[in-house]
Amino acid sequence: MDRDEIFDKVREVLVDALALDDDEVTAEATIMGDLGAESIDILDIQFKLEQAFGFKIAQGELFPEGVMQDPEYVQDGKITDKGLEELKTKMPHFDFTKLGDQRSIEGIGTIFTVDTLVSFCDQKLQAA
Amino acid sequence: MRWMWIDRVVELVPHEKLVAIKNVSLAEEHLHDHFPGVEGGRSAMPIMPASLILEGMAQTAGILVGHSEGFREKVILAKISRAELDAEALPGDRLWYTATITTKSEAGASTTGVVELERPGGSGGGSGVETRSEIGRIEMMFSHLDQNLAGEQFPEHNFVFSEGFRTLLRTSGVEATF
Repeated sequence: MDRDEIFDKVREVLVDALALDDDEVTAEATIMGDLGAESIDILDIQFKLEQAFGFKIAQGELFPEGVMQDPEYVQDGKITDKGLEELKTKMPHFDFTKLGDQRSIEGIGTIFTVDTLVSFCDQKLQAA
Repeated sequence: MRWMWIDRVVELVPHEKLVAIKNVSLAEEHLHDHFPGVEGGRSAMPIMPASLILEGMAQTAGILVGHSEGFREKVILAKISRAELDAEALPGDRLWYTATITTKSEAGASTTGVVELERPGGSGGGSGVETRSEIGRIEMMFSHLDQNLAGEQFPEHNFVFSEGFRTLLRTSGVEATF
């Protein structure tokens, strides 16, 4: 499946889960900021992606959990260098270069885009 | 014991399906305010609030999900993905809620449900035959509170499945150890 086809399927999932119009779903749109998703919506999106693509998604595979609570990875609301390394390994679908020098936990939300989901599905399908 | 919006579990296929009924009664206080008569105008119209029909479905689906996990998880309603109701439920009617699980994970579950209305004496045809027909479709998502993304801690005992739920299950003959 090529990236465009994956994008179409991801868009359908987002339109369904977040009650959006097709044209609101652009590659750079942030899932939680621009598209208004909350944590329960992330779970809904996870379930719908599993159904659309036929793969299983493990807890914490799509969006970071656990890392954010670990004091070795996050201190004073900022991601440590060790935390960033951990995130890069666990979340290859995120483009961490977009973070720049920013290290606040909220920063993760700004790089969680539709494109991130497309990359996630692309990587999962290729690994299958 | 106060906030039960289903009266009996009539069918349970563990991990799959739960069917519950709710009898709408004129003894329910809120029906006299929903809606009251207007002086010099329209007479009282007791109608079951749609929000309580949704709550009935949430309880039906929530018990299905909770039971499938031995009531170890605190199952809470987190999202109503879809809710369509085509008709009103009046005193004397019986609502049938059928909930099924679509997906489940450690974080929560998604369910789909159908609401049916059974009206004694038929729907005005005068035949005296009870009719039971679909009047709604409701899709919901539940979260396992203890597995929340934010890492917030909650009291250990399962306050979600309280006395009221336990009594309902017992009187419905459903086996459950808490």
